[in-house]
Amino acid sequence: MLELIRQPWPWYVAGVIIGLTVPYLLIIGNKTFGLSSSLRHVCAACIPAGIPFFRYAWKKEAWSLFFVGGIALGAYIAVHWLSDPAPIRLAASTSERLAAQGLIDTSSLMPAEIFSWSSLFTLRGFLFMVVGGFMVGFGTRYGGGCTSGHAIMGLSSLQWPSLVATIMFMLGGVVMTWLILPLLLGL
Amino acid sequence: MKPNAPHLTLDLRTRELDTIGVNESDLRHPWWYNVKFVAWGILFGIVAVKAEILSWFRIHEMFRFESFHMFGIIGTAVMVGALSVLVIKRTNAKTIHGETIHIPSKTFNQGNIYGAFIFGLGWAITGACPGPLFAQIGAGYSVVVVTLLSAIAGTWVYGRFREKLPH
Repeated sequence: MLELIRQPWPWYVAGVIIGLTVPYLLIIGNKTFGLSSSLRHVCAACIPAGIPFFRYAWKKEAWSLFFVGGIALGAYIAVHWLSDPAPIRLAASTSERLAAQGLIDTSSLMPAEIFSWSSLFTLRGFLFMVVGGFMVGFGTRYGGGCTSGHAIMGLSSLQWPSLVATIMFMLGGVVMTWLILPLLLGL
Repeated sequence: MKPNAPHLTLDLRTRELDTIGVNESDLRHPWWYNVKFVAWGILFGIVAVKAEILSWFRIHEMFRFESFHMFGIIGTAVMVGALSVLVIKRTNAKTIHGETIHIPSKTFNQGNIYGAFIFGLGWAITGACPGPLFAQIGAGYSVVVVTLLSAIAGTWVYGRFREKLPH
């Protein structure tokens, strides 16, 4: 059993569990699935600065912070006790192209050449982590949600604004990956 | 509650814009009720690692259309979610505390276009949407704490300047 769990999980297993988050949250607490809101609650809790957007009873939304805390804990558990020693199996075309662009180490979940403390103080590391993170936080809130809130919760409940948002963030990702990323990797 | 107090009205309006807490329960629970959310979060975190959703490489592969993996995960999740919502609506299901389940509808605003596009740009370079950011940190990529703090800063800057942005 443990051997089976340790292998990488197929997409349909992951998809079913993530999809079940929708009814689980609704049934245990009348909550709609959405993870980017947790960033807003952190702002409301720590740095509200009198801004109306952050002036609400964040403690009533604290469930979301418990949820993301659980995500970090679950990832820790999986890496330490359920991990598969084999490297990640990327599409051959992906790893070949990335290697040509300088990302040779595809043995772990993140490109070691970029996501490290030593790379943080290079221009490339700064763009990937600091500027990238800023765009995630700014964009999700301006867009009204992220993959979970729009693509999964929004599409599941047939909300057309979520379809617009999903199309737009997939488009943003394609533009970044095809047009901008090759330049950034060359830095 | 005094619904006619001006700050509360403003509060509700800004909350409705992205449907934060508009369906929130009036019930008050002790903090340890949140264990149910931690538990599902743990399962979610394990899935994020085991199905490699938190991997920058998997997200990159998805945006290059070189692998079905991520599309399969998101597609299955939407189908399971949609089926669940349908069943909940048809059966008028209640929460475990006996409340009627309510899913607020989202109203369109221009942020769904511009904001979502900016998020897409960020997603493709960090390899993480907000959930997997926490998973990456838990998985031991300590430097992602910087990405997370930067994302919180981004959310704050949006809140600070939202009146000036087209909606």
